[in-house]
Amino acid sequence: MKTTRIGNGCGFWGDNVDAPIRLAQRGKLDYLTLEYLAELTMSILALQKQRDPQAGFATDFLDVLQRLTPILAQQPNLKIITNAGGMNPLGCAQRARDVLKQAGMARRVAVVSGDDLLPRLDALLVHQPLVNLDTGTPLQSIRARVVSANAYLGAKPIADALARGADIVITGRVADASLAVGPAMHEFGWRWDDWDRLSAASVAGHLIECGAQVCGGLWCNWREVGDLSDIGYPYVDLADDGSFTISSDAGPGVNRETLAEQLLYEVGDPARYLTPDVVADFTSVALEAMDDRTQRVHGARGQAATGTYKVSIAYRDGFMASGMLTIAGPDAVAKARLCGDALLRRVGVTFGRSNVECLGAGACAPGLSEPEASARAAGLAEVVLRVSVHDADRAKVERFTKEFAPLVTSGPPGVTGYTTGRPKVREVFAYWPSLIEKTAIEPSVEILT
Amino acid sequence: MTTTIRLSDIAHGRSGDKGNHANIAIIGYTQTAYDWLRDHLTAEVVANYFKPMQPGKVERFEAANVLGLNFLVHDILAGGASRSLRIDTQGKTLALTLLQMEIEAPANLDAMLRTKEPT
Repeated sequence: MKTTRIGNGCGFWGDNVDAPIRLAQRGKLDYLTLEYLAELTMSILALQKQRDPQAGFATDFLDVLQRLTPILAQQPNLKIITNAGGMNPLGCAQRARDVLKQAGMARRVAVVSGDDLLPRLDALLVHQPLVNLDTGTPLQSIRARVVSANAYLGAKPIADALARGADIVITGRVADASLAVGPAMHEFGWRWDDWDRLSAASVAGHLIECGAQVCGGLWCNWREVGDLSDIGYPYVDLADDGSFTISSDAGPGVNRETLAEQLLYEVGDPARYLTPDVVADFTSVALEAMDDRTQRVHGARGQAATGTYKVSIAYRDGFMASGMLTIAGPDAVAKARLCGDALLRRVGVTFGRSNVECLGAGACAPGLSEPEASARAAGLAEVVLRVSVHDADRAKVERFTKEFAPLVTSGPPGVTGYTTGRPKVREVFAYWPSLIEKTAIEPSVEILT
Repeated sequence: MTTTIRLSDIAHGRSGDKGNHANIAIIGYTQTAYDWLRDHLTAEVVANYFKPMQPGKVERFEAANVLGLNFLVHDILAGGASRSLRIDTQGKTLALTLLQMEIEAPANLDAMLRTKEPT
């Protein structure tokens, strides 16, 4: 039975820049996918594009592509699918084409767009209220503060681009799993209402979309990873019947535990995982160990896709800053609490929100009081004090950032670690999840020449 | 005399975010462990455990194929990735916190333990 190999070398913008190169070298892939867009990455890219019309995409990708050119020369059939286009897929694709040209390579670069709703947001709002999925509030209430609005497109435009001979497909916002579903649909020519196979490919795409997380990353039994410095990145060998095997190019590979942890990662109801392509049932798949680093996954079932695309909207929501100081013992926890409280009162204004944390004393699960109490009792050698504020007024947050350094001389003994300068004020972009009728969106594919 | 163990003796897991909600997966090491989790690690138990963090409702989903329970813990992230003032904005550590839960050792504990490296 024919199989196609799809590997993912990047799980988010900021992931290891050597991983895609290693995976392409070692993985003997048919398709390399690279995922760059977290929920809020688009708002940052939108602002970059406002300042510079040539910007607004994941620039890391161009460096990766540059380094991939010798491998592409050795593996002429290797294709790349990436959402690095962000808010400016055309700009990204033009730069990618230039990189390839300079390396003397003739490759077809395709651009998938149509996800960016901002240019026609007001026209859309006439018929689509874009209510917040969590609160039910219509978007109109915060319309003036919107900085980005993108629909999560599906696999269809990616498959279309490949059918038109694209070697490199650059998209804006698409569902992460669809980066793998696109090539699967192109390779096997499955019908777009073959829900079981679409579900199978979506399971595969979901498993690899976070890179190393399926093959040793975050694994609870982390001692068994071996050499964490070369943990390996994942690939699937997908077959025409929708079954696939999954493994990785180095490290511990994929076992029942690493696979189970990633299958359920951030999925909500695993029996109804909504993508633009299908409603996938993650509880339908069976696992089978092929060897100690390869799992076979089969039996995926799916149901008809919904009539809507998910929309991710970001809007301006004031300013935040966080600063840290190290507080040494004895009585590190008590001194850190004292400093945090004094710092906020020295600023002399009330913030919209503020938070004082004692890192080292249970800050990851605040209020589950036992850790901080026992840290106090244990007399920790040191803790890290972290103080954060959020307010609509930038000036108030700026003032806050100036109160960390004074504690080095005016706090209790043992305050240190003030070497990184004043904390930076950052603009907050709040997240507004919504849905839009698929009929309101027209994905488009353009091949660059 | 009863012995106390931690959930991590019979289960592993992973957590992350969905907006302001945490998604916490808890996965049994064996079928027997999963059966125990399904009977005892209810949405109510999880809601009560995280009560100091003031979550909203807790939904539980079963994925028997991977011996897993998936909990969607609403509004526990103090604003989520974009707005939270906490160090763990996305609830990445909450699975480990839940796995620290102390439980009374079940009678058939031996059948729930991780015995060897997985395949």
